[in-house]
Amino acid sequence: MTDAKTLTHLQRLEAESIHIMREVAAEADKPVMLYSIGKDSAVMLHLAKKAFYPSPPPFPLMHVDTTWKFQDMYALREKAAKDAGMELLVHQNPEAAERGINPFDHGPLHTDMWKTEGLKQALDKYGFDAAFGGARRDEEKSRAKERIFSFRTATHGWDPKNQRPELWNLYNARKKKGESIRVFPLSNWTELDIWQYIMAENIEIVPLYFSAPRPTYEYEGGLFMADDIDRLEKVMGYRPEITERSIRFRTLGCFPLTGAVESEAATLQEVVQEMLLTTTSERQGRVIDKDAGDASMEKKKQEGYF
Amino acid sequence: MTDPIYKTDALIAEDIEAYLEQHQNKSMLRFITCGSVDDGKSTLIGRLLYDSKMIFEDQLAALENDSKKVGTQGQEIDFALLVDGLAAEREQGITIDVAYRFFATEKRKFIVADCPGHEQYTRNMVTGASTADCAVILIDARKGVLVQTKRHSFLCHQLGIRNLVLAVNKMDLIDYDQAKFDAIVADYEHFAESIGIETFTAIPMSGLAGDNITTRSDDTPWYHGPVLIDHLEQLEVNNTANQAKPFRMPVQWVNRPNLDFRGFSGQIATGTVKPGDELRSLPSGKTSKVKSIVTMDGDLDEAVAGQSVTITLEDEIDCSRGDVLATADAPPEVADQFESTIVWMDDEPLVVGRAYWLKLGTQMVSVTIAHPKFEIDVNTMEHLASQTLHLNQIGVCEITTDKRVVFDPYTENRALGGFILIDKITNHTVGAGMLHFSLRRSQNVHWQPTDITRDHHAGMKNQTPRVLWFTGLSGSGKSTIANEVEKKLAIMNRHTFLLDGDNVRHGLNKDLGFTESDRIENIRRVGEVCKLMTDAGLIVLTAFISPFRADRQLVREMIDAGEFIEIHVDTPLEVAEARDVKGLYKKAREGKLKNFTGIDSPYEAPENPEIRVNTVEMTPQQAADYIIGQILPLK
Repeated sequence: MTDAKTLTHLQRLEAESIHIMREVAAEADKPVMLYSIGKDSAVMLHLAKKAFYPSPPPFPLMHVDTTWKFQDMYALREKAAKDAGMELLVHQNPEAAERGINPFDHGPLHTDMWKTEGLKQALDKYGFDAAFGGARRDEEKSRAKERIFSFRTATHGWDPKNQRPELWNLYNARKKKGESIRVFPLSNWTELDIWQYIMAENIEIVPLYFSAPRPTYEYEGGLFMADDIDRLEKVMGYRPEITERSIRFRTLGCFPLTGAVESEAATLQEVVQEMLLTTTSERQGRVIDKDAGDASMEKKKQEGYF
Repeated sequence: MTDPIYKTDALIAEDIEAYLEQHQNKSMLRFITCGSVDDGKSTLIGRLLYDSKMIFEDQLAALENDSKKVGTQGQEIDFALLVDGLAAEREQGITIDVAYRFFATEKRKFIVADCPGHEQYTRNMVTGASTADCAVILIDARKGVLVQTKRHSFLCHQLGIRNLVLAVNKMDLIDYDQAKFDAIVADYEHFAESIGIETFTAIPMSGLAGDNITTRSDDTPWYHGPVLIDHLEQLEVNNTANQAKPFRMPVQWVNRPNLDFRGFSGQIATGTVKPGDELRSLPSGKTSKVKSIVTMDGDLDEAVAGQSVTITLEDEIDCSRGDVLATADAPPEVADQFESTIVWMDDEPLVVGRAYWLKLGTQMVSVTIAHPKFEIDVNTMEHLASQTLHLNQIGVCEITTDKRVVFDPYTENRALGGFILIDKITNHTVGAGMLHFSLRRSQNVHWQPTDITRDHHAGMKNQTPRVLWFTGLSGSGKSTIANEVEKKLAIMNRHTFLLDGDNVRHGLNKDLGFTESDRIENIRRVGEVCKLMTDAGLIVLTAFISPFRADRQLVREMIDAGEFIEIHVDTPLEVAEARDVKGLYKKAREGKLKNFTGIDSPYEAPENPEIRVNTVEMTPQQAADYIIGQILPLK
């Protein structure tokens, strides 16, 4: 017997995520990987490539689009799918498009229509029975209690008080027709783990995570990037005052909803350094968690949000 | 409130690359904290997160706010609020579900499973313990060893946790009294020994004041053992311990990108593997040598327990999902009857004799569970007689699987000895269990192959065997219609046999009554008889109420695919009751007959029967003709 070799935390996290993905590929009828183009999605996609190498991952990538993402995100989306040899599906809620739902006029409805409803439509449309998501348990309180295999009813509802027990590495993927499972292979990763892994594995992420001079405007006390100034003007009714600042993003979502931070961190090392020295939590830049008090994410998840 | 002990690592600001290098190579330990709300469990975790800077300023501000609103610590920060995540939990001030929390020190990343302590949450504790390397059992120093302490220790020990920490908390409230601490430890030691716990580490601490958690307390100069974090940093993790065991890898997925590549993907449960190693595939027993260990980062010279890999072999041997690759000279056992400890986790109690799914590693088989040999009282460890297991109860049961299972005893290998039970109808995870050993009869009874096969038998009769399973309420007309069908088949020169529910109860099943588990056993035996008769080439007709979907499913799975024809004799209850040929409905209505289907016991109609006949619209003759039309040709 050889001397014991202690696996590092990143090796163990990687092995666990790969195990989870293979279980889904083996037990689900029609899995899909939800891809939001953020850094967590990038890590999840990289792990999928590793899990099934030398085969390509045996499921498509799907982006539930709100039409309000950053241009840089759309660019990486196409490239990442191509590099992985995976089919890319993009779904935009036609009803939200028709009603011109946007983050300024419609507030929480924007997230509800484009993301929650859009996701449910897309899953129903293709009949996916298992969907991977890149959520982590360290992100938010109700996520800390969600299972890795999270069961959803035929109407995509989540019942936090009636979750299936999850023991050892044995996942129960059984369900009736119409029901589905959301699977979170990154459940046990923290934000620092994600960054370290991106660094160790040289994973390509959207350049917006790194600081650069970018056009910005202020809105209700937050700092935002004017990614598409003409569209902003149309929706806001006025042309916001644009200032060039050195900014970057800690999370990426819809550009009018994702707060920027002023920063000089232009490399991975500097970004991690800044993150470790910072004193506010990751999701603070996002407006979504706050619109219904403390339990807002839990409520959204019950309604079918990822 | 003391100041946070955590200081931002100076290295982060000075030399981020050196810092990252150091943190890149941390190991990972999973532990569970057990204790009740009052023991200060959430406070301890909150403090660990706070001291290792996993709580940010904005979260801290929100926490201070919440603490004043709903906290239990007056104006002090209530760390428990950080940990209780679900809205219901915060409202009620209790922990309902397992929450997983993360923090890191320079040496290790930690995953903490915070588990609720009440007896009604035993299943949650078992869940948290299943993946833990270590358990921190909290005791309130003012109260000492309580019933719950024993329960938590017992469960952790059952789940195979080797590293136990006895955290004697709230030492500040007993003035850091060494004598009291020593008395508690002695008391616990006595108990631990009685249930087979060999070692544990006792630490005097205070979660609220931060004593002996990350730094040594000035108030316990008499204590010379490690502080909690130091202890957790140096414990051996299961993964490392598992490398010394024989190689095992349950095959998850066969990787076949093209005809030239065939790899077996899985996560190594125990041991190590190198190219050239001789492996045995179980249950087939075929052997081959490892050709390569394939990963996207290149082939590996060696892989160890915990890693997810893809292995290619020198020879084309039959191996697929559910099989286990193992060291050729020390393979795991293969059996279909076991003694096991089962923890029941569903609101609906265990139904003895019913078929459930059992998932062990990547194997999924059908299993039936016998009456518990005994139930274990989790508070006193007493063995109690028991007919079944209810939510949160633990018992030792014999189980029988429909296929042979590759396994190791749980104490030797969690991955090949731990299983979950899944209800076949609701798909809930209803239980978890640990295999102890296979039963000797399963090792010694082998299937004897015979030369005249079932195909010979059927061929001589010039027919295809079938089971025509008539199900329906009492008085629906099952026996009458089955009898008509058999007469028609006889005219067609078919070899048949009609098994009638009442007739079977006069002989084969005369020892069985009408309780739920007796009814299941009744159907199981009839299923076995059907199986023998189809092996003999016969067309078998059965007329049994067979009210439970799961039991009809059990028979369906015993019979070869396509040979089981479920026929629902669909008669509304009012019609069947109005007919009341045998006067049974009247007796049941008068309460003279218990557990009567349709009256005080449910009938679960088939969802997708092969054939359905409506006896209100059809005469028995018409129904029989219709059934014959559906099942032909029978060659």
